[in-house]
Amino acid sequence: MIPAAFEYHRPADMAGVIALLEEHGDDARVMAGGHSLIPMMKLRMAEIPHLIDLQDVAGLKGIAVAEGRVTLGAMVTQHELIQHQGLANTAPILREAALVIADPQVRYMGTVGGNVANGDPGNDMPGLMQCLDAEFTLVGPDGQRTVAARDFYEAAYMTEREDEEVLTAISFAAPSGGYAYEKQKRKIGDYATAAAAVILQKDGGTCAAASIAMTNLSDVPVWSDAAGEALTGTSVDAAAVSAAVQAVLDDIDPVEDNRGPVAFKRHVAGIILTRAIQRAWGRA
Amino acid sequence: MNDMTPDRDDRSANLKGMGCSRKRVEDVRFTQGKGNYVDDVKLPGMLHGDFVRSPYAHARIKSINTEAAMALDGVVAVLTAEDLAPLSLHWMPTLAGDKQMVLADGKVLFQGQEVAFVVARDRYVAADAVELVEVDYEELPVLVDPFEALQSDVVLREDLEPGADGAHGPRKHHNHIFLWEAGDEEATNQVLDEAEVVTEETMYYHRTHPCPLETCGSVASMDKVNGKLTLWGTFQAPHVVRTVASLLSGIEEHNIRVISPDIGGGFGNKVGVYPGYVCSIVASIVTGKPVKWIEDRMENLMSTAFARDYWMTGRISATKEGKITGLHCHVTADHGAFDACADPTKYPAGFMNICTGSYDIPVAYLGVDGVYTNKAPGGVSYRCSFRVTEAVYFIERMIEVLAIELNMDAAELRRINFIKKEQFPYTAALGWEYDSGDYHTAWDKALKTVEYDALRREQAERVEAFKRGETRKLMGIGLSFFTEIVGAGPVKNCDILGMGMFDSCEIRIHPTGSAIARLGTISQGQGHATTFAQILASETGIPADSITIEEGDTDTAPYGLGTYGSRSTPVAGAATALAGRKIRAKAQMIAAYLLEVHDDDVEFDVDRFVVKGAPERFKTMKDIAYAAYNQAIPGVEPGLEAVSYYDPPNMTYPFGAYVCVMDIDVDTGVPEIRRFYALDDCGTRINPMIIEGQVHGGLTEALAVALGQEIAYDDLGNVKTGTLMDFFLPTAWETPNYETDHTVTPSPHHPIGAKGVGESPHVGGVPCFSNAVQDAFRAFGLRHTQMPHDHWRIWKTANDLGLHG
Repeated sequence: MIPAAFEYHRPADMAGVIALLEEHGDDARVMAGGHSLIPMMKLRMAEIPHLIDLQDVAGLKGIAVAEGRVTLGAMVTQHELIQHQGLANTAPILREAALVIADPQVRYMGTVGGNVANGDPGNDMPGLMQCLDAEFTLVGPDGQRTVAARDFYEAAYMTEREDEEVLTAISFAAPSGGYAYEKQKRKIGDYATAAAAVILQKDGGTCAAASIAMTNLSDVPVWSDAAGEALTGTSVDAAAVSAAVQAVLDDIDPVEDNRGPVAFKRHVAGIILTRAIQRAWGRA
Repeated sequence: MNDMTPDRDDRSANLKGMGCSRKRVEDVRFTQGKGNYVDDVKLPGMLHGDFVRSPYAHARIKSINTEAAMALDGVVAVLTAEDLAPLSLHWMPTLAGDKQMVLADGKVLFQGQEVAFVVARDRYVAADAVELVEVDYEELPVLVDPFEALQSDVVLREDLEPGADGAHGPRKHHNHIFLWEAGDEEATNQVLDEAEVVTEETMYYHRTHPCPLETCGSVASMDKVNGKLTLWGTFQAPHVVRTVASLLSGIEEHNIRVISPDIGGGFGNKVGVYPGYVCSIVASIVTGKPVKWIEDRMENLMSTAFARDYWMTGRISATKEGKITGLHCHVTADHGAFDACADPTKYPAGFMNICTGSYDIPVAYLGVDGVYTNKAPGGVSYRCSFRVTEAVYFIERMIEVLAIELNMDAAELRRINFIKKEQFPYTAALGWEYDSGDYHTAWDKALKTVEYDALRREQAERVEAFKRGETRKLMGIGLSFFTEIVGAGPVKNCDILGMGMFDSCEIRIHPTGSAIARLGTISQGQGHATTFAQILASETGIPADSITIEEGDTDTAPYGLGTYGSRSTPVAGAATALAGRKIRAKAQMIAAYLLEVHDDDVEFDVDRFVVKGAPERFKTMKDIAYAAYNQAIPGVEPGLEAVSYYDPPNMTYPFGAYVCVMDIDVDTGVPEIRRFYALDDCGTRINPMIIEGQVHGGLTEALAVALGQEIAYDDLGNVKTGTLMDFFLPTAWETPNYETDHTVTPSPHHPIGAKGVGESPHVGGVPCFSNAVQDAFRAFGLRHTQMPHDHWRIWKTANDLGLHG
C-alpha cells in the first residue's frame, strides 16, 4: 500500500493546470478529493508520475442556484452538497444520493467533480447526473466546452474528456416533480449492488415525464430512455412500473462480483427501481 | 471510634474493586491518539523490510533475481530462502507441530506467501525494490477444496516424507495432516442406528479472518556490542515468542528481550509466529541495524492467520419426545498450506470436542481430519477459545435441524436437553468436566424478557400475511444457548510448544501504599490495566487507582502464556488474586505486630486490618506498607512483595442465552436486526462496564461473520476478499443496538469465581444471527443454508424456496 514515487504539483489557477497537463501528457493526472485516485496509486494499479492537486485552483468551488439552474463547482464536496440549504430546496435528490455515498469522513473530502469525472461505474453521481440531464464543463488548451452527462461515459474509466482537459463544473436545470435515489449496498463504504435515480413529473393522475438512471449495473451509468417512456402517459400503475423495469433490464449488463451473480443483481435492480419509482411518484 | 473514619461502604467504593464499573485507565491515552504501538517504535538508523509475495497459489520457483532490487539506491539487503538456509531459518516450527517456510523454499503453496524480504533505508524504497525482484514461477495445479485435496495426486507438501506419521499420528494421504478423535464411535453409531429419530446435516463454517485494526508487525534490534536482541512486536504471547526466538536463533534466552507494546486488537491473529518476525530478526542480525516490518491491510488479510474453514457433518438422534440420545460429528478441516493452527499441543482441533454444547448427551463421537490445501495457513481462535465457535455453531445448528425434524419448538427442545443445575460438575460424553452452570434459569430469563411466545405468534402472523401477499418481509427468531470452555489451561494437559499454560502475577507494594503488578498476559484492548487492578484492590485493600498494571515486557514481567482464548481472567486473574492474598497474609502479620496482638486476632476489613471485636483499633494497608519498609519486625522479611504462578485445576465454562429478532427482505436479501438480547453468565463480574463493552464487541464480530465476513478464494487460489471493500468489517452503521443481561454462577474452582467473557458473545452470537436468518425461512421448508448470510445468499435461499414467484 505504498505508491510509487511521484511529483506533486499544486497550481493556483487553471492555466497552470493545463500547462502541466500539456507538459506531462499521459504521465499527469489531476486530483480532486483523491478518494479514488490515491488508493489506486497505493495499490500501484495507477502509476502517476505527476499528480496535480486541484484544491488551490481558483473558481472550482461553490454551489450556485439561480434562474432555474444549478451549477456545482467540480471541487464541491459531497458534504457540501448535503449541507447546502438552497440545493436541498431546489434539487433534494442530490442530498438523498450524497447521503448514501460512503461515510462522513469520505464525504468531507470526496468531490462531485471527481465522482463524475473518474468514470468509475460504481460511483453514484454519474447516474444521478444523467437522470438530471446535467452538462459537464470541460476546460482544456483549446478553451471550454460542454458535454451532456448522457454522452460522457464510454466505458469503465473511459470518458469523453481528453487527457489535457479538466472537468470544472456541472450544471443542470432545477428539477421538478417527484424524485428518489434508491441504493442497495452491503455496508457503509461499498459501491451499489444496484442503485436507481428517478425523477417523475405528475400532471393530474398521469406521469407527464420520467427520467431513470441506474448505477453499477453496467460498465457505464445507464440512463434508460425506454424506461422513462414506459412510465410517461401512464398512471404509474403496476403494469407501467413492470414495463419500466423490463426496459431497464434490457439496458443493463451487470457482471458477477462479490456482491453476487448476475441473476441476483438483475432481480435487485428491478426491485430497487420499483421502490424508487414508487417513492418518486409518492412525492410527485 | 474515630469520627473521621469513613463508613465501610465509602471505603469500599473508594477502592474501585471488583464489581465496580471503573472507567478504563487505558482510554486516556488511546482516545488522545497517545498509544504506543509497534509502528510507533522508531530507532536511530532503523531499516524497513517488505515482502515479495507470491501471486500464485501453487507454483515452483525456478529462479529469483535480486540484482535490480539490490541496485536501487537505499536497498541494503534482499533475503531469500537461500540466505536463511545456512542459519536453518528458512523453515520454522509451527505451534501445531508442523513446519512452515519462512521464505519460499523451491515452491510456493498459497497466494501471498513470503518469497523474499527486502531491507531498505525507508518504507518507500523497500516497496519500490519489491517490484524489482524478478521471480520466475512455474505454475502447478491448485487445490482449494479440501475434499478434492484428499483425492488428488497433486502433492502439496513435498518436504514431508511419504507415509510417515505427522505430529498427531498417521496420515491417510499425502495431503492429509491428522485424524483426531474423541468419544466412542461404535457406541455412538449403535445409538444412532437404533434411535427413534435421527437427522443429519452438513454445515460449512466458512474461512474468515480476525482482522484486528492494527496489522501485525515487529521491530528487531540486535545489539552486537552486548549481544542482546530486543524485539518489539504484535505478540499475544510475548514470553513464548522469547523462548521460540531463543530456540530458533541459538541466542541465549537471557539475551533476548521481547516487548509487546500497546496492541490494537488481536482476536487470535497475533498468537502465531510469522515469517515477518523471523525476517526482521535475521535482517537485524545481518545488517547490525534495527529492522522494522509492518504488514499492510491486504497482507494481513491474505497471509496472516485465518480462522474457521471447517466442514462439519453431524448426525443427531433423539426420542420422539425430543430427548437427545446421541451425537456424531465429523469435520474436514482445511488448514491451508502449513498446519499453523494455534492450539494447545495435544489438541490439533482445539476444543472442538465441546461440541455436545450445553446439552446432556449420553454418547457422542468427534472425528476431525486436517487437510492441506493451497490456502494461507492459520486456523486461529478468532475471538473464541480454541475452535469453540465452530463447536457451538455446529451444535446450535444441529439443535435447530433436529427441532425441524421433530416439528418442535427449538427453545423447548433446548430446555428439555439442558444439563441440569444439579448435574454440575458435569462430565460430558467427550470428556470435559463442566465446572458450574444454571442453564434453565438463564434460558427462562431470556425467553421471558424477549416475550418469546408473543414473538412466535407475531412470526406466525407474518408468515400468513406474507402468503396473502401483504408483506415481502419475513421474521426470524434466532436462538442460541452456548457453553464456552476457556481459561486454558491445566498444565497436565495444556501446553504450547511444551510450555505449560499457567499464568502469573508479581506484585510490589511501595512504601507509601501504592503498587505495581506485572502479569504474564498482554492486553490487546481487553482493559487489563483496569480490571486486574480491581482484583488487587479487593484482595489487598489498596485502591485500584493506586495500582499500576504492566504487561508485555519479558525483562520485567513474570513468565506467562499470554492472552487469547479468554484465558487472562481465568488464569492470570487467579494468579493475581492469589498473589494479592499472599500480600494480605504478610500484611496481617505486620498489622498484628503493629497492633501488638496475635496474628489471629486481626481481621481484614476492606482496606485495613482491625482487631477482632475492637474495630477502632486498626492499621490501614497504607500504614502496613510503610511499616514493611521502615520497621524491623521479628520473623518477618522487610518489603511487601508477592508472586504467584497459577496452574488452573480445570477450565472455566461461561455460558449464555441469546435471542435475535430479524426482519428479512425476501426480494433484496437484506436482513434488518430488530432486536438482540444477550444474557451472559461469566461467573463473578469484575467490571460490568468492561463486560458490556466486551459483549458489544464480540457480538459485532459475530454479526460480521454470520452476515458476510469471509476470506473467499477462486478456483485458482486467488483471494477474492483481500481489501476492506469486500471483507466485511462492520462500522457503527451496521451495528444494531444490543440489550445485555446476566446471571451469576461463579466458577467453584477459581479463586474469585470469575470465568472470562471476552469471547462468549462471539461464540454465542454467530449461531444466534445465523439461526435468525434460517428461522425466517423455516415455515417455507428450509432446513439449513450456509453462512455467511450476505444479501445474495439470503436472496438465493428465498429464490430456491420459490419465494420470488
